[in-house]
Amino acid sequence: MRYVKAFGRFWFDFVVGEDWRIAAGVAAVLGLGALALRAEIVSDSLLAVLIAAAIVAVVMVSVVGAGYRSPNRTEEHE
Amino acid sequence: MTSSQAGLLTAVFLASAVEFVEAFTIVLAMGVTRGWRSALWGTAAGTGVLIVVTAVAGYALVEWLPESALQLAVGTLLLIFGLQWLRKAILRAAGLKSIHDEEEAFREERENALRASQDQRLGLDWFAFVVSFKAVVLEGLEVVFIVITFGVNADSVPLASAGAGAAGVLVLVSGAILHRPLARVPENALKFVVGLLLATFGTFWSVEGLGFVTESQASLDWPGGDAAILALLAVWGAVSYLAVLALRRTVREAV
Repeated sequence: MRYVKAFGRFWFDFVVGEDWRIAAGVAAVLGLGALALRAEIVSDSLLAVLIAAAIVAVVMVSVVGAGYRSPNRTEEHE
Repeated sequence: MTSSQAGLLTAVFLASAVEFVEAFTIVLAMGVTRGWRSALWGTAAGTGVLIVVTAVAGYALVEWLPESALQLAVGTLLLIFGLQWLRKAILRAAGLKSIHDEEEAFREERENALRASQDQRLGLDWFAFVVSFKAVVLEGLEVVFIVITFGVNADSVPLASAGAGAAGVLVLVSGAILHRPLARVPENALKFVVGLLLATFGTFWSVEGLGFVTESQASLDWPGGDAAILALLAVWGAVSYLAVLALRRTVREAV
């Protein structure tokens, strides 16, 4: 069990990294985008642009927000 | 060459160069302090593992998933993975994260190697073998991830592999000639460019792949087709630049 946990932890850290909020935000935007696509609310082309804009917004709010919360130099871990 | 393939080649080459430089620093530290034979065997074993992982994972993904599902799954993974690079690059450019320094990394690895005990296994210095192996596998895994995700989405795993291979050869030849850490490679600037490219293509493919949830399961069309990639790159570049400016102001105010 310990090895399974360690394996899962490694891949989580590898793909998601230090800020899980970015991954969660992207997943939420894509999930809502999928629902909007199925509901055929707007044209596909417009929806593609709206989803991309939402992803950019979510990521930038997360990155800049993290910087504002902790305006101190962090250590290099790689 | 299509814009996807050009982006693929650029992103894979630059990302690979950065990761190979970091792996080279560690292998070099092992080679000069513990002996080249074990360090090179560790490097060869690590490279072998990466080649097998690339071949198996690349083949499995292409064979098992329909195109739009592949774009959605792999594009989303590429996007989330690429946003890590972009996030770190923005924080570094703003002065909120330490800049990676190859000279310092080399000194640390060298000191660790000098302190480590002598443990001989299979006729090799086990410490040098394991550290070199781990460095190549861990740094190379990021390259493999980018090669597979870009390669399967652009239908060009061989081209992506060639880009990574070219970067590897360039780093090895440069390192062999200089025989010191490649500290003058502008790693942090390269990471910023790679982060922008991964975020751009990740956004493009993950949104295209959303077509998988429709009845036809056909990929979603972007306005302007592949030209949308350039627009996305411009948007990611502009907002990242603005984020760096905003965060630099917080650093100045905090001092």
